[in-house]
Amino acid sequence: MDAKIETKNLNLYYGDYHSLKGVNIAIPPRSITAIIGPSGCGKSTLLRCFNRMNELIPGVIIEGEILLDGENIHQQGTDLIRLRRRVGMVFQRPNPFPLSIADNITYGLRVHGTPPGQKHSDIVENSLRATLLWEEVKDKLHSPALALSPEQQQRLCISRVLAIEPEILLMDEPCSALDPIATDHIEDLMRDLSESYTIIIVTHNMQQASRVSSWSAFMLMGELIEFGPTVRIFNNPRDKRTEAYISGRYG
Amino acid sequence: MTRHFQHEIEKLKVRILALAALVEKSVRNAVTALAERDTEMAQVVIGEDREIDLVEVDIEEECQKILALHQPVAHDLRFIIAVLKINAELERIGDAAVSIAEQICYWVNEGHTDVSYDFESMAKKAQAMLHNSLDALVNFNAQTAFEVIAEDDKVDEIYGDVHRFVRRGVQSAPHQSGGFIHLLAISRHIERIADHASNIAEVVIYLVEGRIIRHRAKDAMKQDTFGNGSQS
Repeated sequence: MDAKIETKNLNLYYGDYHSLKGVNIAIPPRSITAIIGPSGCGKSTLLRCFNRMNELIPGVIIEGEILLDGENIHQQGTDLIRLRRRVGMVFQRPNPFPLSIADNITYGLRVHGTPPGQKHSDIVENSLRATLLWEEVKDKLHSPALALSPEQQQRLCISRVLAIEPEILLMDEPCSALDPIATDHIEDLMRDLSESYTIIIVTHNMQQASRVSSWSAFMLMGELIEFGPTVRIFNNPRDKRTEAYISGRYG
Repeated sequence: MTRHFQHEIEKLKVRILALAALVEKSVRNAVTALAERDTEMAQVVIGEDREIDLVEVDIEEECQKILALHQPVAHDLRFIIAVLKINAELERIGDAAVSIAEQICYWVNEGHTDVSYDFESMAKKAQAMLHNSLDALVNFNAQTAFEVIAEDDKVDEIYGDVHRFVRRGVQSAPHQSGGFIHLLAISRHIERIADHASNIAEVVIYLVEGRIIRHRAKDAMKQDTFGNGSQS
């Protein structure tokens, strides 16, 4: 199986600090890959490499290659806006714009353009249906998004990303601000979405990683220690450091 | 939470080893009762099985509690699964000891003791398998576990001998067939103890190496570098 996105000997420095050390990982398409590891291990940094978000931080140096469908995303002439449309991101805290529900969805279309032959109203409905939010909000599409519950806001943020038809969804601790029932809903949604999208999730929650992902990557101090099927990683990890971390003996 | 969890795991280990000690004692007493035709000792074996049954249920509940509250993974998860399976095997070994004890009572009380077979070698092998399988568990030693599995064939061979002995006996002395049938039943239960010990050994290999070799233990032994199985 060809990787959807992969890194080759990826190194990243924040000034003098060596944050990612020779990371080689090939993310399988249409599946959920969880990146786990202790705070500061580089998992969010790695996630942000996939849509070149780290470059917004001054002093960052990146070496190595990142291939999206085999093409280097760092090569000259890469259209950053197009890259970020293909590789969308959902953040830890739901961050809807202070606009109406419908305007949150169509905002991205104004930046990235509307696909030919599609109406905004259809895109709003389809994106909200994909996250099972439609039935809950269809009668108040022009109400402020910030009036929604945190879980609804997070689903709206996912809808907003889906509206621009990405191929990869990057999720950085997408449930850490949600209660267990809302978390359950988002995890169900992730499983549904993984049939069409490649999802990469960073999580501190080990149970979430084991419940939701098909592939798991364990990182420690900037290195990718182990990557493999989640069942194997959580049943019989090959590296003692992985075992120590997932069974709570780290540190 | 981790320290608490470690404590729970240690407690569980102590409990399964305590059950193992009870079961080994029960088998030892059954074998002694057999050698000495001692029905009183056989009754002790039957009476003490109740305790084995209670401890088995206790251990299972303990495992359920740990799974529900701590959601262990990796080696910890395999340890809980291993304890659950070994727990059931030990309880069944206890039952086999009781069955031997019951057969001894019938055999002696029905006056069949003029028909007999020297079970010493078979019983010793089955007991050694049980002991070594538990040793493998204590030390997380896959090599010892593989050796236990290899021993099972020898017990099966003796079981075949008993079969032939009983068949010949029933043909030549049909009036004593009742005695022969008790001997056959006793040998069957000893053979089952060896089988359960072999199952425990397979679980230990799963615990240590994370692979299930059940139903293909012999192939696994051939493929494996025999003697280098331990990763503990």
